Amino acid sequence: MKFFFFHLMPYSAVDLDAITDNTWIVFPNKHYDPKEGHKLYNRYLDELEYADQLGFDGVCVNEHHQTAYGMMPQPSVLAGALSRRTENAKICVLGRALPLTSNPLTIAEEYAMIDNITGGRLIAGFVRGIGCEYHAMMVNPGESLSRFHEAHDLIIEAWTKEGPFPFDGKHYRLQYVNTWPRPYQEPHPPVWIPSQGSAETMLWASHPDRKYTYLLTFSPTESVTKHLNTYSQQCEKYGYQCTPSQLGWAFPCYVAETDEIAKKEAGQHIENFFNKFLISPMQYKLPPGYSSLNSYKIVVESKFKARGSYLSIGSLIENGMFMCGSPQTVASQLEEYQSKMGFGNLVTMLQFGTLPHDLTKKNLELFSKEVMPKLRHLGNETGVAVAAE
Amino acid sequence: MAGPAPKKINVNGCEVEVLRQGSGVPLLFLHGAGGLQGWAPFLEKLSTKFDVIAPSHPGFGRSDTPEWLDHLSDLAFFYCDFLEQLGLTDIHLIGHSMGGWLSAELAVMGTGRFQTLTVVSAAGLRVVGVPMGDIFMWSAEERARKMVFDKAEGERRANEKLSPEEADIALKNTFTSSKLCWSPRFHNPALEKRLHRIRIPTMIMWGEHDPVFPAPEYPNAWHTAIKGSELRLFPNCAHSPQSEKLDDFIAGIYSITEGSER
Repeated sequence: MKFFFFHLMPYSAVDLDAITDNTWIVFPNKHYDPKEGHKLYNRYLDELEYADQLGFDGVCVNEHHQTAYGMMPQPSVLAGALSRRTENAKICVLGRALPLTSNPLTIAEEYAMIDNITGGRLIAGFVRGIGCEYHAMMVNPGESLSRFHEAHDLIIEAWTKEGPFPFDGKHYRLQYVNTWPRPYQEPHPPVWIPSQGSAETMLWASHPDRKYTYLLTFSPTESVTKHLNTYSQQCEKYGYQCTPSQLGWAFPCYVAETDEIAKKEAGQHIENFFNKFLISPMQYKLPPGYSSLNSYKIVVESKFKARGSYLSIGSLIENGMFMCGSPQTVASQLEEYQSKMGFGNLVTMLQFGTLPHDLTKKNLELFSKEVMPKLRHLGNETGVAVAAE
Repeated sequence: MAGPAPKKINVNGCEVEVLRQGSGVPLLFLHGAGGLQGWAPFLEKLSTKFDVIAPSHPGFGRSDTPEWLDHLSDLAFFYCDFLEQLGLTDIHLIGHSMGGWLSAELAVMGTGRFQTLTVVSAAGLRVVGVPMGDIFMWSAEERARKMVFDKAEGERRANEKLSPEEADIALKNTFTSSKLCWSPRFHNPALEKRLHRIRIPTMIMWGEHDPVFPAPEYPNAWHTAIKGSELRLFPNCAHSPQSEKLDDFIAGIYSITEGSER
């Protein structure tokens, strides 16, 4: 099992009362105080660096725009900062939102630079970006999927084909693709695909030409199990066996001395995460054309109509959106889920919402010292992820 | 809603649904981002005097969604072929909202087939310093409420239960209009410099309370760009004069078309 610490870098100094029904796109930036931001960036980087010292296999950042949810519109800036202050941990950008750029070669360049500086510690995450980004960046959501695929092809070619060569896509047309520097890792850094279970993404990421690591993010365990199993089955349909290293699960997690203490310490902070930092109206999250007509209808029905108003820590623990408890509780739950889901990568969000530095530090320490050793032996490289039904 | 039976017309492999009724001089109505709302009273009224042709654009209503549909200009070129195939000339062209933008794109390509142009609450231009309303940031209910001036009617529309087929069509219309109008938002930066090419009689009709393209700035921009055009602003009217101000709208069409008979 590989363990990763995923930081979302929320602007936790925000005035929570100012957030009524939305924290995205148009939530006014007067609510951002750069002096607080300065402190938070440095605190969060300290936490990521500390995870490296504690023996996490990787540290993760990601990309969101115009929101208090996360202060990482340009995650490669943070990856750059981490490159020189971490020793062993992989640096995972989960990921850059490919369709949002007008020239994806900038991403090929950023990633290759980080990979060179760290001597091959980069994990390259590719995402489409959530719906909100398409409002914020004015990129046509109807082009999101085809831009994603084309940008991906361009980046991989830029990393693997001898330049200069021309690239003639629908969205990107370049005369001289000749990326300097080339990536350190051969043939290129490992690619991870964070997703919330779209069938199209699974089909694409599991294809034998790619075999990318599929990372299921922030979903109830029932759907995580379903999607990771579907992914393994898809690999089997393609004629190969999915290894645990090809599967990952990302979730918020809090560990304390006992279950009761954990719930008490994490409660308000995880509730802030789900009920303040994450909220926006449906049409912000799901701009028209971001998914196919059919997927759109399914998502509206399953995610938005099904979801109740306030998510309490109780319901979050119950449906597995939040792992919380003593090291023993969390380790045994994760062991059980591992046997059902077959993942070899655990991507834990050990800071969330307003969780302060001291509790984050304690969480990192307890997780690394009390949980990780209990699970290390699971999900070894050679085994089959999970027997397909 | 009563009216003519819908007919499918195939243009270069793309089938579109057309409502057509009346005789005499052809009048082409190009609908907006919300799609053609059936055979509305204003179409019925106009069909007593004109050969009214109201298609659902490619990507809207029950028309095909072709692979080639990427930009609003693709629709404009489609209608060049459509009009050529139907052999229509001396047309009175009317466009509402996104369809107003489309009608202007057609007219700047050449006004040979058109007698008059009427743009109603039209997209297409951006007035710097006067933000548009952003329909993509509104929920379906908010949109229904804002688009009509009469509060009670807005409330009725916001609470209207659509049949599954109507809901699918509404979603399809939103998807296509978003694809065509997302960025630049509901306008073509190059259109304004081309509008001087429109030298046929032109009528601009607008609600004073348009929530998307605010009056008077947006209608004034059209009025200034098309020399000799006539501007009619309607009080107590939001985005759809053709339904909210039916009589004034019909009077406007009669006025511009009567002055122009060849």
